[in-house]
Amino acid sequence: MITEALIVSAILFVIGVVGVLTRRNAIILFMCAELMLNAVNLSLVAFSKLHGVTGQVFVIMVMTVAAAEAAVGLAIIISVFRHFGTVDLSNLRTLRG
Amino acid sequence: MIAALLPLLLLLPIAGFLINGSIALFGARTDASGARSTARHPVVTVVGPAVMLAAFGLAAALFARMRVGFGAPVVVTLGSWMPVGALSIDWSLQLDQLSMLMTLVITGIGSLIHLFSIGYMREDAGYARYFAYLNLFVAFMLVLVLGASYPVMFVGWEGVGLASYLLIGFWYRERANADAGRKAFIVNRIGDFGFLIAMFLIWQTTQRLDFAGAHAMLGAQAGTSVVLTIALLLFVGCAGKSAQLPLYIWLPDAMAGPTPVSALIHAATMVTAGVYLVARAAPIFSGAPEASLVIVLVGAATALFAATIALRQWDIKKVLAYSTVSQLGYMFVGVGAGAYTAGVFHLVTHAFFKALLFLGAGSVIHAMHHAYHTTHRHADPQDLRNMGGLRQYMPATAGAMTLATLAIAGVPPLAGFFSKDEILASVFARAHGSPLATATLLGIPGSTLLYVAYGIGVLTALLTAIYMTRMLMLAFYGMNRTGEAEQDALHEAPWIMTVPVLLLGILTVAGGWLNLPALMPWGPTGLLESWLAPVTGTSAARLAGTGAHLDHATEIVLVSVAIAVALLGMTLAIVMHRAPIANKADSPVDSSLLARAYGVDAVVDALVVRPMRVVAATVLGRMVERGIDGLFSHGGAMLMRTASLIGTRVQDGDVGKYAWLVAGGALALMAALLVS
Repeated sequence: MITEALIVSAILFVIGVVGVLTRRNAIILFMCAELMLNAVNLSLVAFSKLHGVTGQVFVIMVMTVAAAEAAVGLAIIISVFRHFGTVDLSNLRTLRG
Repeated sequence: MIAALLPLLLLLPIAGFLINGSIALFGARTDASGARSTARHPVVTVVGPAVMLAAFGLAAALFARMRVGFGAPVVVTLGSWMPVGALSIDWSLQLDQLSMLMTLVITGIGSLIHLFSIGYMREDAGYARYFAYLNLFVAFMLVLVLGASYPVMFVGWEGVGLASYLLIGFWYRERANADAGRKAFIVNRIGDFGFLIAMFLIWQTTQRLDFAGAHAMLGAQAGTSVVLTIALLLFVGCAGKSAQLPLYIWLPDAMAGPTPVSALIHAATMVTAGVYLVARAAPIFSGAPEASLVIVLVGAATALFAATIALRQWDIKKVLAYSTVSQLGYMFVGVGAGAYTAGVFHLVTHAFFKALLFLGAGSVIHAMHHAYHTTHRHADPQDLRNMGGLRQYMPATAGAMTLATLAIAGVPPLAGFFSKDEILASVFARAHGSPLATATLLGIPGSTLLYVAYGIGVLTALLTAIYMTRMLMLAFYGMNRTGEAEQDALHEAPWIMTVPVLLLGILTVAGGWLNLPALMPWGPTGLLESWLAPVTGTSAARLAGTGAHLDHATEIVLVSVAIAVALLGMTLAIVMHRAPIANKADSPVDSSLLARAYGVDAVVDALVVRPMRVVAATVLGRMVERGIDGLFSHGGAMLMRTASLIGTRVQDGDVGKYAWLVAGGALALMAALLVS
């Protein structure tokens, strides 16, 4: 049971990583990041079967933070869109060192 | 009373230094040519010599007080300097008969030279700076002779070295003068190294550094090898400060300074500090007869060596400089042989007549310089070949210089005769029956060495008479070679310069009465001997053994030899320098071995200076610049710059690349965890 859950979690995480690495749309990047968070959540829940309830408590914490992050992140994306007229990150290079 | 007045004696020249120093720094006025100058500054003219005269008055008052009755040396502690565990060094001054004598000489001759300097230096732009340095010198010289312990004395010892450096390089805009100052300083450092090690050894042996304590304990250890080592190391210090072989090389170059400086520092006072140290540390030296023999031999060798060089110098100040080196050698022969009174006696009389000779030379140079300045001719005002017949133009100076020449040549009854004769007689007397005679040095018995030293002393006396008479003849007698037009501009120095010279002339005549021998009872005999007895008497007696007294007949023979030698030398010189000579411009360059001072400077240059330069350049170039600087500072900077270049390439604002890097990093971490 844990093995399957972990495999699903790994698949979800890799999808998220590949999405972040390959896509340039900020919204999609954001979604992929959420996907990675949830992949982690899934593995935490799965491990709680072995190591007790701590993992589940931690998942609640992660979800709370993810909600807050979603609020801030979306707000940033909106202001980026208002400023630059695009959310394509390959065009946003103002922070070049 | 003595304890209260002693610090004041030091404060007077220090006050002079501060006042003149502030004028030099802040009081300069713009003169006609637009340069900043303190020439003829009235405050300097008053303050500079006034503090010296006041110090001399104070010294005289102390002397009068001491004459009334004086027990143990007065030690005044002004404060604590270095309290470190068992080592406790105080700022303490000590007045006893020896330091009183030195103080009188320093402030007395110092006053006269300060007065002379008004005339000599008042047109100089650095007038205030000159007097500030001169006051500073006197302050340190007084610390040197009044210090109650070796460290306090060392403060003065280094301080006079500093003042000497500053004054030799007084006209520092000329490269040669600045170099001469540095040479003096560096050569003196070599001697100071010996002094320092000796001081460490004294501390290690006795746990004391004050004269009274250390001498008492070292006196009890007389004859041991540690006392011998201390004595020899102290003498290294003396050889540096007092220009003995092989460290004399700085003194002839020190003539680059103003002439009154040469008179005060490089003839009368500072260079005699080594002689003073030997007399002061007499309890140490008398406990090490071998060290005393070394002093006698070095002194005798220096006396002869320098005297031969002086035979063929053309610069009037160089003649006097080598003469000073030679006479210092005499003093060391005296104090080395344990005749501390004789050595110090010669120190005092030499201070009189050599200060006179230098000041007289200063007057001559002043006049010559003025003459060439008037006619706008560029010729050497210090070269003897450009002088001649100056007696007609400067009779007072010529008279005083003649007197001083007779004194240094050893003609009775002038000062130099008595002191020189006493040194030679002491050496002769100690060649039999004294601890010095029974000691051996490198297998040679001490009595042989003392007879050799006596022989060298007599030979040097002959040479002294020759070269001094030669100088006198060339400068003041015969035909004038200055030049037709210049002759009208030659004239006697102003009274402020001639009066000190004439006063020194009186001292030169009367100085011998300080310590008349019993053989010539023309007044109270042996005044100085009994005055110094509380300080050096015990040590002198220890080194003299049973050989202190000569019988009457021997003494008469020795005196006759001395007088005969002096007269012979003078006659020889007069005969040799009768023929007229050409002036400097018309003479070929004198490249004889003696004129080049045996080429010692060239040898030192080749053997010491150049190798040191090469080593320094190598260390600086290869090791410091390329090694330390290259590796650490430049290398570090290069590393950081490369790293930052790579960093900026990576950080180009492409968040996609950042994401790749983060993912790559995470994978690498995981791989690392898996592998381990």
